[in-house]
Amino acid sequence: HFRFFFVTCGTDRRGSFQLSAMASAGGNPLVLPAVLHLRRSDADFTAALSERFRVLDFFSSGEPLPAFLAAAAAAPEPPRAAVVVGGGSVRVDASFLDAVPSLRCVLTTGAGIDHIDLAECARRGVAVANSGEVFSTDVADYAVGLLLDVLRRVSAAERYVRRGSWPVQGDYPLGSKLGGKRVGIIGLGNIGSRIARRLEAFGCIIHYNSRKPKDSISYKYFGNVHDLAAESDVLIVACALNKATRHIVDKDVLEALGKGGVVINIGRGANIDEAELVVALREGKIAGAGLDVFEHEPKVPAELFSMENVVLSRHVAVFTEESRSDLRAHTVGNLEAFFSGQPLLTPVDADSLVQ
Amino acid sequence: VALLAVVATLKLATMAAAGGKPAVLLLRPVDAPFAAALRDRFRVLDLYAPGQALPALAFVAAAAAVPEPPRATVIWGGVRVDASFLDAAPSLRCVVSTAAGLDHIDLAECARRGVAVANSGEVYSTDVADYAVGLLLDVLRRVSASERYVRRGSWAAQGDYPLGSKLGGKRVGIIGLGNIGSRIAKRLEAFGCIIHYNSRKPKDSVSYKYFPNVHELAAESDVLVVACALNKATRHIVNKDVLEALGKDGVVVNIGRGANIDEAELVIALREGKIAGAGLDVFEHEPKVPAELFSMENVVLSRHVAVLTEESRSDLRAHTIGNLEAFFSGQPLLTPVHADSLAQ
Repeated sequence: HFRFFFVTCGTDRRGSFQLSAMASAGGNPLVLPAVLHLRRSDADFTAALSERFRVLDFFSSGEPLPAFLAAAAAAPEPPRAAVVVGGGSVRVDASFLDAVPSLRCVLTTGAGIDHIDLAECARRGVAVANSGEVFSTDVADYAVGLLLDVLRRVSAAERYVRRGSWPVQGDYPLGSKLGGKRVGIIGLGNIGSRIARRLEAFGCIIHYNSRKPKDSISYKYFGNVHDLAAESDVLIVACALNKATRHIVDKDVLEALGKGGVVINIGRGANIDEAELVVALREGKIAGAGLDVFEHEPKVPAELFSMENVVLSRHVAVFTEESRSDLRAHTVGNLEAFFSGQPLLTPVDADSLVQ
Repeated sequence: VALLAVVATLKLATMAAAGGKPAVLLLRPVDAPFAAALRDRFRVLDLYAPGQALPALAFVAAAAAVPEPPRATVIWGGVRVDASFLDAAPSLRCVVSTAAGLDHIDLAECARRGVAVANSGEVYSTDVADYAVGLLLDVLRRVSASERYVRRGSWAAQGDYPLGSKLGGKRVGIIGLGNIGSRIAKRLEAFGCIIHYNSRKPKDSVSYKYFPNVHELAAESDVLVVACALNKATRHIVNKDVLEALGKDGVVVNIGRGANIDEAELVIALREGKIAGAGLDVFEHEPKVPAELFSMENVVLSRHVAVLTEESRSDLRAHTIGNLEAFFSGQPLLTPVHADSLAQ
């Protein structure tokens, strides 16, 4: 019986479901807590989780989401924690939580939480943890990279050289200096404050809008984004996406920013009225844009492809080797805290955000 | 050519006869505001005037033959100021260069003849420093590569994209901690980089770690930024050994002169994965760029544009006029260059 136990354990993962049924009464230490995993993952991440938890992986199950959730919920020792990410098809809402009533904790691994119904989670006593500051520095760096690229035309110069245009053609449009520019940051949280610090080193003047002014800093506060835009040369979207911030950069704001103005978006595509942004760029109502996110990813308005004054990337602001390994450690940390009854490392409170 | 020269001299003499303003030999193209600012104060003998057909040295000789020939000239990097240039215009007592570097001027020859030289001072320093940081961000975070991907329409079609590399914590080795290098250092500190440097002598005023040679600098750096002048001592200062010392995760950024780097060895190092990537605004044989670089995703290339902003262009105008006015009024130049301050 003893030897059978080990052979089963080593060869058949599904066998562990039966194992846990036999062993739960006796508290077998070989039984790892089940965790739902609903994101596309790299091997290192999955391995790190699998060392400590019984990972029920959605994307490798090949099943549609409802069937996957139902099977997980119906298993002995159903999962009490779920690891999700935004930007995909999984929304943590009432029907999701209904499907797996055993869930007591949801961890999200992306930089935003607009895919989670925080009020619904709070109503059911489901704790939510976010990625904390794992990505903040890399996103801030990327925002500065986008701004430098737009103002100094780095990618445009790249295209020019790779086309072989250098020996042949004449003048090239001048770039625009960073120093002295008024940069209006929408959202001065972990990411926005890091962007501010970096741009100060370039001699930029920092303005900002956020829900409330922050007493600890000396940057000029604006009560709304329209006023911020009117007194800024650059607008950087660094806020969360929620009801209050959807299309927070709209036609009026773009007009207030004006024809020398540049927009950088490392928030969510829907923070900007994308159709109006394209119109403003087409008509020269603003000078340029650097966009890592779009309203209907992966669709990018085709008109942008022919513009030399925009820089486009595919939602990569978080993607560095370093943040990927930091994320792994951070997620495991939150899961271990939850399963050992400790406070989450980076809990999200429903009432701290306007949803 | 002789006939053209006579015609040109007559034209120049007519130009030169306009009022009592001092003559200035203008040997670089300038935009309308710059041209107007010069003409307001000086008699401009303009190599690039519409209809002016003489090649540069012939034009210089013709200018030297007018009554009250020019005592000052405004040049850029494309004009070599050497013995034969100075022989062609013996009236010149002052050379004002609008370039960011001085490798096109034989400073020793100028000193020998008592010809004062003014450079562009700090007009470009900030913009070049900003651009160097932009290149580094682009290489480490793959901004242009991502751009290409999206514009190709690949986003919707293909899957994962290679990860970038974080700036914070990286050791950045700056070669040359002058006006440009020190600004690069200040910016990268804000990103959490650790600054190392090499220069002719250690600088007491900074706390960054000094390395007496570029090989040792490279061995203890993750990024090498070339921000030094080009002269005998710095030609190919980044060579095969230095690239090997930098190592396979290392990145090179060049906003100095192409010849600061052994370009052929750089291409090999990139091809063979001996270093991780490069951001290059300058090349050894501009405008030629080694074609092999065009197929590489881990390099960022631009065409010597690090100085080119609207703001530095107008700053340059004010600065150049300032130097000319100082010269013609017998005042010290705003930004004089001394031959002995550089190893040439």
